[in-house]
Amino acid sequence: MSDLILPRRRLIARAGGLALSLPLLSACDAINEAPPMRKILSLGEKMHFASQRALTDRDALAREFTRADISPVFRPNGTRLPAGKAYAAHAARGFADWRVAVTGLVARPLSLSLADIRAMPQRSQITRHDCVEGWSAIGEWTGVPLRHVLAAAGLKDGARYIVFRCADRIGDADYYESCDLVDALHPQTVLAWSLNRRLLPIANGAPLRLRIERQLGYKHAKYLTGIEAVASLDGIGAGKGGYWEDRVDYEWYAGI
Amino acid sequence: MAARDMPNASASSDQPVNRIQPTRIYRHRLPTRLWHWVNAVTLLVLLMSGLMIFNAHPRLYWGQAGANHDPAWLEIGATRETGFLRVGSLRVETTGVLGRWTDRRGVQQTWAFPGWATIPTRYSLADGRRWHLTFAWLLAIALTLYMLWTVLGGHLAKDLHVRRGEWAPRHIWQDIRDHARLRFPAGEAAARYNILQKLSYIGVIFLLLPLMIATGLAMSPGFNATAPWLVDLLGGRQSARSIHFIAAWLLVLFFLVHIVMVLLAGPVNELRAMVTGWFRLPPGKEGDA
Repeated sequence: MSDLILPRRRLIARAGGLALSLPLLSACDAINEAPPMRKILSLGEKMHFASQRALTDRDALAREFTRADISPVFRPNGTRLPAGKAYAAHAARGFADWRVAVTGLVARPLSLSLADIRAMPQRSQITRHDCVEGWSAIGEWTGVPLRHVLAAAGLKDGARYIVFRCADRIGDADYYESCDLVDALHPQTVLAWSLNRRLLPIANGAPLRLRIERQLGYKHAKYLTGIEAVASLDGIGAGKGGYWEDRVDYEWYAGI
Repeated sequence: MAARDMPNASASSDQPVNRIQPTRIYRHRLPTRLWHWVNAVTLLVLLMSGLMIFNAHPRLYWGQAGANHDPAWLEIGATRETGFLRVGSLRVETTGVLGRWTDRRGVQQTWAFPGWATIPTRYSLADGRRWHLTFAWLLAIALTLYMLWTVLGGHLAKDLHVRRGEWAPRHIWQDIRDHARLRFPAGEAAARYNILQKLSYIGVIFLLLPLMIATGLAMSPGFNATAPWLVDLLGGRQSARSIHFIAAWLLVLFFLVHIVMVLLAGPVNELRAMVTGWFRLPPGKEGDA
């Protein structure tokens, strides 16, 4: 704790002549960054996760709406167009050669085309997308429930998490996300290829994105290229289970 | 009545009778004192981290959904040179405080609430959420325990219960006039909560704070699946967010009035009472009248 506070004090001393409130503000930020405080601050997420899992039926549905409720504009966020020639080439061909690999702790690894995915049982749902920033938008999604895909691949006993690999990079790393099996097998957890009865726009994650309706928007990985069943999230990215979780310490469990 | 211990109305202030030892009463029991201070810290952290979360999307809507393309009833934003707050069609320039302000390194920022009002001081939605979602538990657990103690431990019946006569409009009006003229009760009357105090404490403990928790939970997509009726009852997720914001400022308003009242009623005595429990009845110039 003291390693964090001391350099700040020195900084403040050097700055000199600053208003009296500055040491107070710096002290607040030093508390925010101190490792013991980070531990305390992660308690909230653990308690919300445990209590929501305890109180909520594992198949309890997120609220579904009617077509009259659909937002006039479904605001995209995060990557709006993945960089690189490979994605541009896929987009130019209408994603005809796009494949999604299902790998990891599965009995039968799969490589699915969009045609394969559309040939599986489909689900349409009009749900509210809640961004961590605070806004919400309602849209109609169509795709294959992830549990059908996982059933086709055959989850092995050791599998505890599903990791979602994406074609978009932000800064120097690929976007990725993960969830536990309760959310992975939830009936509304869908690999969606359609938004509002049209092919998914590029800004919203074409050709395929995850819908994980009981969690916040950053969990809904876009531009899906891979689905991997794993026993542990250690060793994947920085080990916290997602791009934003690794970088800015967003909650891995984003049900709140 | 303890009026015989009190200087009566005819006694002028320079008479020795005023130096009679003030009556001490045990006013705040331990659960009240503990909850008061835990709550003070918790609410401050929740307010400041809440303002950070608001900064991520400084617009408020009514209904289930709402994003940048939808009409916002409240917005804090920035133009090229100014900051502004807009509520409905009313727009106020707030440069320097809201929407556009200068941080401690002298850099212009266009986040809605300034760094001195948020946790942490630099923009971090992730950290703001960590503080907010953790301290929300402290608020909820402490409030639940305190509500139980208030009801079961007699605090409600003994101190907060509004007696029939106190509901009379004339009585309430009289109390409002006394507050407005800064005439505070002395002697025995100061030992009891007046009607405005009772209503504001009951309002905060049993309405405003539970409303904060309910509207907070209604914003959780996970809890929406647990209890869909809650978000519907509050008029949708974005309505819940708007109510959460309004109720937070009502708590700030309560806090400001509370502080003014403490300062006017005698800050040392009031603070000592909330720390030790023991309150000195102010010897009134007007007796118990």
